[in-house]
Amino acid sequence: MTALLARRRSKFATAAVLLVALLAMGGAYSIASSASRAQAAPRADTSTQVEQGKKLFLEGCSTCHGAGGEGNFQPDGTVAGPSLIGVGAAAVDFQVSTGRMPLANPGAQAPQKTPVYTPDEVAALAAYIVSLSPADPGPAIPTSDMYDYSNLTPEELALGGQLYRANCSSCHNFAGEGGALSAGKYAPSLMGVEPRIIYEAMLTGPQSMPVFPDTTMRVQDKQAIIGYIKSLETQPNPGGIDLGRLGPVTEGLLLWTLGLGLMIAVAVWIGVKAK
Amino acid sequence: MSIEHSSHSEDLPPHVPRRADTDPRAAKRAERQVGLLFIASSLATVGFIVAFVFISTEDLLDLPFFGNVSASNFALGLFMGVALFAIGAGAIHWAKKLMSDVEVINERHPEGSDDESRAAALAEYERGRDESGFTRRPFIRNSLLLSLALAGIPAVVLLRDLGPLPGTVLRHTMWTEDMRILTAETLQPIRPGDLEIGTLVSGVPEGIDLVLEEEGNLNELAKSPVILVRMDPTDIKAEQGPADDPWGYQGILCFSKICTHVGCPISLYEQQTHHLLCPCHQSTFDLTDAANVIFGPAARALPQLAISVDTDGYLVARGDFTQPVGPSFWERG
Repeated sequence: MTALLARRRSKFATAAVLLVALLAMGGAYSIASSASRAQAAPRADTSTQVEQGKKLFLEGCSTCHGAGGEGNFQPDGTVAGPSLIGVGAAAVDFQVSTGRMPLANPGAQAPQKTPVYTPDEVAALAAYIVSLSPADPGPAIPTSDMYDYSNLTPEELALGGQLYRANCSSCHNFAGEGGALSAGKYAPSLMGVEPRIIYEAMLTGPQSMPVFPDTTMRVQDKQAIIGYIKSLETQPNPGGIDLGRLGPVTEGLLLWTLGLGLMIAVAVWIGVKAK
Repeated sequence: MSIEHSSHSEDLPPHVPRRADTDPRAAKRAERQVGLLFIASSLATVGFIVAFVFISTEDLLDLPFFGNVSASNFALGLFMGVALFAIGAGAIHWAKKLMSDVEVINERHPEGSDDESRAAALAEYERGRDESGFTRRPFIRNSLLLSLALAGIPAVVLLRDLGPLPGTVLRHTMWTEDMRILTAETLQPIRPGDLEIGTLVSGVPEGIDLVLEEEGNLNELAKSPVILVRMDPTDIKAEQGPADDPWGYQGILCFSKICTHVGCPISLYEQQTHHLLCPCHQSTFDLTDAANVIFGPAARALPQLAISVDTDGYLVARGDFTQPVGPSFWERG
């Protein structure tokens, strides 16, 4: 302890204390968040899917989205949670099965994280949201034949590329690596995303993303886009370290810092007098 | 260059011998290290040749941090890098540890030539001038100057090929009254009912595919693309066009897709804020407020295209843009 006290004025003391504090905070947070995940374990329920969904909704979603999914609009104009009436099963499946919802904390963007609900629970939630507006249920979860890209011809893949560049690339980057939007929002990377999820995102326009309905971007167009994105995933990367394929700014930055730093280090070594 | 062991050596700090200077075992060790570096370089060179011959360019190698790289590229780069670096490192190590490092002073020579050489050079120049008759024969001198001056003019004449001037090409696009708006690439006509609130569609004028079949004619594709967005009509604060007859249609707004800064295709649309961002330089347009610029280097709002529906219920343009689309140009005014 005295040894520690003697070092408290060392120039590394502040950094060391900060590091310890950050590690402690991070540890406590991960324990707390895994505990809250454990509470949402699947349960045996004999009631119908809609009733199970309603229960789950009241438990996990109603704080922000309102007890009946009508949304939570504050008097000062901020929206704690938008209305879910008529958003459709596809939107629920996209948001909940990718872990974006329930939201861990309000912020610029709901990030993807480990899903809280099992697929059965997601289906129950979707059934409940659909039951809220039977007249206009919103987009349904796409069936696997709609996003199956295995039988695309090279021509269809090429059209998928054209559609991708015209509609998707300005946010998600030419190589599907994602990119920044304004005020802390971002377009996530499309690499490794399930075809169903990509389809649902185009169909429902989650968060900042606009909607690309089946009327203006037909099922076969979406299929072609998904096939093109999947072909990007398997493209070899002969040079290694693609740096997000963001282009010359990243590459230049790396060379100016790491490359130039290495050259300076070598120059210093050359200049040092041998002992 | 001769190195003078001058009388100034008393200004230098005393020479400190290195370990390799005094300890023969240290010298032997340094010698081994230098030799091993050179041998490592030789082995890497052999490795480069072996890798070039035996590793297929098709082979992939999954490495941590580097990703799924070409085995051939990686091996060639690694061996070539080691081969060259080890030669340099060995040479530096040799010079630092074993070659003489006794400090010496090398005095600078005065700059500039001595007077004798200068006079000789001047005399040589004057002799050449007189013998060539450059000053005595003005006809030759003047005609030479004329030919040299003219020789540069062809470069200026070649610039003429940059013309002719574009005329009114920059002021008009192919949009006309009742021309349908089609989806980009798939060329489908669009009904207002096809667009939900929050929808973004990249559009082109009907007939763009026919125009593009004319060889080399990309100008129309460069000028005419539009985006269609649909928002809740109550979100719209202002539109371009007359106040009693705004240019949108039931919350559907149509804008030029060409950024007014330097003409990038602009379709980074944030559905919730209704901000349209240009991915090139982050110019931001507020689509709820007549597409006015709220951030970035663009100087003007995006031109809005007046739209309506035709008798078959498809979205059509009401005419051409009323102002030039895209970036500024000299005569735009």
